[in-house]
Amino acid sequence: MTANSLLQVSNLHVEFTTYGGIVHAVRGADFHVERGETLAIVGESGCGKSVAVQSVLGLIPIPPGRITQGEAILDGHQILGHQTIEGKDIRGNRVGMIFQDPMTSLNPTMTIGNQIAEPLKLHRKMSGAQAKKRAIELLEMTKIPEAAKRASQYPFEFSGGMLQRAMIAMAIACEPDLLIADEPTTALDVTIQAQILELIKDLQQEVGMGLILITHDLGVVAGVADRVVVMYAGEILESGTADEIFFAPSHPYTLGLLSAMPTNRRDVVQTLMPIPGSPPDLFSPPEGCGYAARCPQAMEACVANRPTQFTVSDSHFSKCWLHHEACEHRVLEVQQV
Amino acid sequence: MTEPLVQIHKLTKHFRLGIRDTVHAVDDVSFDIRPKEIVGLVGESGSGKSTLGKTIIGLHAKTAGSVTFAGRRLPFRFSTSHFRKFANRMQMIFQDPYSSLNPRMTVGEIIAEGPKLLGTKGRVKIKHETREWLERVGLNADHVSRYPHEFSGGQRQRIGIARALILEPDFVICDEPISALDVSVQAQVINLLGELKDSLGLTLLFIAHDLSMVRYVSDRIAVMYLGSLIELGPADEVFFNPKHPYTQVLIGSNPEPDPKFERSRTFTKIQGEIPSPVNIKPGCRFASRCPKVMDVCRKKAPELRNIAANGKERLVACYLYEDE
Repeated sequence: MTANSLLQVSNLHVEFTTYGGIVHAVRGADFHVERGETLAIVGESGCGKSVAVQSVLGLIPIPPGRITQGEAILDGHQILGHQTIEGKDIRGNRVGMIFQDPMTSLNPTMTIGNQIAEPLKLHRKMSGAQAKKRAIELLEMTKIPEAAKRASQYPFEFSGGMLQRAMIAMAIACEPDLLIADEPTTALDVTIQAQILELIKDLQQEVGMGLILITHDLGVVAGVADRVVVMYAGEILESGTADEIFFAPSHPYTLGLLSAMPTNRRDVVQTLMPIPGSPPDLFSPPEGCGYAARCPQAMEACVANRPTQFTVSDSHFSKCWLHHEACEHRVLEVQQV
Repeated sequence: MTEPLVQIHKLTKHFRLGIRDTVHAVDDVSFDIRPKEIVGLVGESGSGKSTLGKTIIGLHAKTAGSVTFAGRRLPFRFSTSHFRKFANRMQMIFQDPYSSLNPRMTVGEIIAEGPKLLGTKGRVKIKHETREWLERVGLNADHVSRYPHEFSGGQRQRIGIARALILEPDFVICDEPISALDVSVQAQVINLLGELKDSLGLTLLFIAHDLSMVRYVSDRIAVMYLGSLIELGPADEVFFNPKHPYTQVLIGSNPEPDPKFERSRTFTKIQGEIPSPVNIKPGCRFASRCPKVMDVCRKKAPELRNIAANGKERLVACYLYEDE
């Protein structure tokens, strides 16, 4: 963590009031992204990964949502609860966003070109003609063939992969410092996924923006992330560089996730090790470690006490009591598997 | 070699769209499924893999071709009595555990519906078996009176499995049974399917788009593209030594949870997307995107042929291997 991170989120708590009670969706999340860096936020559905990022940008409905604690600093400015920095919009301007489902995230009654031109007119005060010209350039940047013709078409005339390209064009229209991609390839086939990820990587290098990639697919993470944050039940359990997370996981949950998915090494005969049970109910989150109920190495201390953050290396942190000095031998057990 | 359990011969399924247009969902697909093996069927969305599964089991009437099951030719179009006749031989597990269970029925009613309709077992026995199956798929027998909405996605998929297997079928088509589930739960369902397959001696057609998972579960892998079968062979052979240019691209795009591997990956990207299956042109269906396309590919579609020597099986439909 450096003093001038692009985005620094600390101790974020988000709740939702529902008929069933209060859902504690995010329970103390800390993460940061540097310029030009790719941070992947990984976790299963309902772990709070999307809510954590969306609440920072003010994209969750308030009420029923509520940010109870925490702060988020974008480029030196507090942005929690703010729409603007020094009079300029954050969303769509400083921060671009790509959503999971391109079919429902675009306006079906507007042409693709007009939708891409919209942020340019709004944030950059471009004229209609300028914005349209730029929109076509952006479509070319995202490698959409016949960009000029495509710009005057409607979303239903695009395939899923092409729509995702159009979404990317829109997100980078104002040259944001930070791009947030929330499950950008989940709805796409693998061959198209590979094309889109390659495109995002290329554009990131070209523009030099920070990228937060929210995903549940560890394969995608391995391909693009510099650093990885693993979320579970509203908490960040482990964070580190991609190599640390994949080759030296130091939280039993990360290890569990990696052992639950098939790898393709020809010489290894693998048996999948599922994680028993299901994630905890966030209406009444557990007092201790959120993962304790499913953890094969859970101890008595884990049920009653929430683990604090332990430092594994300069860039590698884990919230697990196994790293406490009182049980050093068990930490090794984790790392050797 | 043992007699195949399911023989699919030149199976074709077209859907008419108005007077002029026809969707070639499945075209001229032939392969065998042997007893007690798992055949994985992969392909992109729109490649016709689900339609193939549904046509085999009789949920779609065939346009042409035949399916032979345990030596008997299945009817061209299934009637209610046919479904009843084959219900305890062939079953299907569906993709979406949210929409494939009737929300107005209790879990007990859902699982017991099949045996009740068949009418070969008494009520008490069915009730007993329903409870037994709930336990067998890892749920609590006391949950019989709960409704589907009270269960998580993984638990619902287990209910779908119990519903299919209580009829003790020989052959089960699993249509993307894990796509809607989280990673940790996927492994639970896959291991459960594996255990049940071993204990009941099932034969499975496993349809999925997750290549790593298909390789993990399958004995053989079949690859479909735009309605036609383009490659078939032993799972590891197809995965590590793909022959058809499309299979090579597909496996080259499969993300691996291994950063070192991903960094060293040489991209075999293809341009473009799967074309529309409406009114397909003659020639190889992959020709428009194939990096190794030749003139002949555009004229006539290559046939699926065995390219392995000494009695092994390695089927590929590609002109690159015609001379070998």
